[in-house]
Amino acid sequence: MEFRSLRGVVKALNGVYLTVHEREIVGLVGESGCGKTVTGYSVLGLLPKPQAQVTSGRILFKGDDLLAKPQQEMRALKGKVISMVFQDPLASLNPVFTVGEQISRVVRVHHDLEKKAALEAVRTALQATGLPPTDALLKSYPHQLSGGMRQRVCMAMAISCGAGLLVADEPTTALDVTIQMQILKLLLRLRDELGVSQILITHNVGVAAQTCDRIAVMYAGNVVEEGPTADVLKRPRHPYTLALIECLPQGKSAEQLKTIPGAVPDLIDPPAGCRFHERCAHVRDICRDTMPTPFEVARDHWTACHWVQEKSGRGVGVTTGHEPGVGAAGVPFNRDPGIEHTAGGGPATGESGDDIRRE
Amino acid sequence: MSLLEVEDLTVHFKIRRGLTRKSIDTVHAADEVSFSLERGTTLALVGESGSGKTTVAHAILGLNKPQKGSIVFAGRDLLALSRGTQRTARRGMQVVFQDPYSSLNPRMTVHDLVAEPLRVGSEISGDALRERVVELLEMVGLGTQHLWRRPHEFSGGQCQRIAIARALALSPDLMVLDEPTSALDVSVQARILTLLHRLQIELTLSYLFIAHDLAVVESVASAVAVMYLGKIVESGPTATIFEDPRHPYTLALLASVPSPDPDRRSAGAALSGDVPSAIDPPSGCRFHPRCKFRMDVCDQEIPPLEDRDGRRIACHLPRDFDLSAEQEAARAARSTAVVEDRQRSRARPRGDETPVPKMPRRW
Ligand SMILES: Nc1ncnc2c1ncn2[C@@H]1O[C@H](COP(=O)(O)OP(=O)(O)OP(=O)(O)O)[C@@H](O)[C@H]1O
Ligand SMILES: Nc1ncnc2c1ncn2[C@@H]1O[C@H](COP(=O)(O)OP(=O)(O)OP(=O)(O)O)[C@@H](O)[C@H]1O
Ligand code: SF4
Ligand SMILES: [Mg+2]
Ligand SMILES: [Mg+2]
Repeated sequence: MEFRSLRGVVKALNGVYLTVHEREIVGLVGESGCGKTVTGYSVLGLLPKPQAQVTSGRILFKGDDLLAKPQQEMRALKGKVISMVFQDPLASLNPVFTVGEQISRVVRVHHDLEKKAALEAVRTALQATGLPPTDALLKSYPHQLSGGMRQRVCMAMAISCGAGLLVADEPTTALDVTIQMQILKLLLRLRDELGVSQILITHNVGVAAQTCDRIAVMYAGNVVEEGPTADVLKRPRHPYTLALIECLPQGKSAEQLKTIPGAVPDLIDPPAGCRFHERCAHVRDICRDTMPTPFEVARDHWTACHWVQEKSGRGVGVTTGHEPGVGAAGVPFNRDPGIEHTAGGGPATGESGDDIRRE
Repeated sequence: MSLLEVEDLTVHFKIRRGLTRKSIDTVHAADEVSFSLERGTTLALVGESGSGKTTVAHAILGLNKPQKGSIVFAGRDLLALSRGTQRTARRGMQVVFQDPYSSLNPRMTVHDLVAEPLRVGSEISGDALRERVVELLEMVGLGTQHLWRRPHEFSGGQCQRIAIARALALSPDLMVLDEPTSALDVSVQARILTLLHRLQIELTLSYLFIAHDLAVVESVASAVAVMYLGKIVESGPTATIFEDPRHPYTLALLASVPSPDPDRRSAGAALSGDVPSAIDPPSGCRFHPRCKFRMDVCDQEIPPLEDRDGRRIACHLPRDFDLSAEQEAARAARSTAVVEDRQRSRARPRGDETPVPKMPRRW
């Protein structure tokens, strides 16, 4: 995925592969500018047109490619089947409508309901997010609510039409820790009680650790590692994941803090090969010119790194000349599209590898 | 003697309300705040949004007008001095704010930004000034190639380095750091914290470190003061506060930190409800509406900040009250063992890593 901007073409996403199963929360973790929000926007078809262009890949939702869907169909899906909540709840609520009006409008756009039935749906949604479905709340305006309550209202709106997939973009970043924990518990309840699958976008590793079933770590537009939460955080394979975790201050004195040398690359002119290679402690020659292909390093645990691949005795990955959907050593990495929801630019296939060498 | 001693500091703001703007509300931003900061150490002021941390910092820096209390800095009681003398007495303190971009004038070059405090507050000029600017930039890890660039050409972390160089220009004793890394990514945060730690040792700096990230606080601070709705509820040495917290709010705050250890998931939200308004704070203990140990006395009497068990604490609970379950939850949230088995996972793949053929997915 690319943005055309005045400074040049921003190669914002380059090899994002992500799978969300039913009743699962997948965390999208990474530092500022790595492409988390853009990935979320891609899923909902919210990318700004015409600057934003998806150059390759697929986003499969229950087997249908969302990128191939006509706008009209996408509009019908948005808010009903797939919905999104944002970091700043005030910005996503309309200040001149009451809570009741906002949510029932959404309900009535998607379902042909009487006013009264819609109101019932609103109350149910509010209750599901832990808010009292009282008239007082229905009649209040967003600015009269606290930050935590506003975020709950946004979530109520997002699930009011029975969405099966919720994309939550930093939903707790603007909140205090005690309120953050309440919202994280709510996300877990939405998964367990209503079966809502979620993509939780966050830069906070702790938030992901506490909430997610699986985690995908992004760096400079790539998903570099994806797997079950405990595996990714306790046995990280990709050098970036490890470095990121070691930067956390938890349990370290100031002199024990670790840092990552260098800075994140400018995505207008990203490094060739592995985008992390300039900062990587294990960089080898191949990393400088060939983009690594994701491969399954342990059960259900994927990473895109030449060094890891070499270590695991499967030879060094080469991105070109392979049939899309098949990893370097012939390990299939594109899981059955028929039953999965793949978000982002699809697996880093030969095409994306070529992409980066164009620069 | 402590470098900074704050006693009974109270800052209220008056705000006008209503259509006629006649009725006046009082915001109890800081009430009877007391703490002291020893030379060469770091005191962290922690608490949620609106708890009054910035208000206290601003009072120390002379940016607001306290209702009462005293601020003794390097032996002088600032609030008892005339305005002019206050300014000279504050020479030894500098501040770094949270937002690295808005705290630097976008039109000035890095050289001018760092030279400005020297021009205003010292006699240095000419070559000596240039040398000092370069020296300061080197101290914070920026090379001379950056001298003539402007803030927008730098990343957040680099801007924060420039702000730190500026603050160091007049060799302060005290640095007030108001959320210096809150706007930064963890990898950048780690570098700024490392820099601050190095500077503290090299220059014997004292830090008043304001933060809401408790993991950061634990790694940088020697002492901690926890604030809730304008009051300090518990303060003491970092190890005491983190390992043996006793105030119900401190316990809840610590238990709410999402630990990066997925094996230690917290059982439930530690605290329900929202922080009440500082305009009309709850009577008695300000935490009582959210406190699960609330007793009859709690909404009647304000608990005094008392010295006991190696800390200062403001809570009506009896000393021997059993808090072991809450302490356990607070400790669990701090758990650190993230990357296990690093050596092995680096050296050799584990046994379960044999290539897996395409798996039927669960569910
Ligand atoms: N409209 C746009 N035009 C040009 N570039 C853009 C646009 N939107 C995003 N980008 C670029 O795309 C990249 C990814 O941005 P994105 O907002 O997805 O990052 P993020 O991971 O969500 O970061 P953050 O944690 O700061 O929210 C960035 O380099 C950003 O500068
Ligand atoms: N100039 C002012 N006028 C009126 N009220 C103010 C003013 N400055 C701060 N307040 C209020 O005083 C209280 C304490 O604010 P303060 O900024 O000190 O909190 P804080 O602990 O620094 O919070 P944060 O973590 O959000 O920075 C808040 O209720 C705030 O709204
Ligand atoms: S691919 Fe190479 S450069 Fe990239 S992370 Fe792996 S070892 Fe490092
Ligand atoms: Mg974002
Ligand atoms: Mg503040």
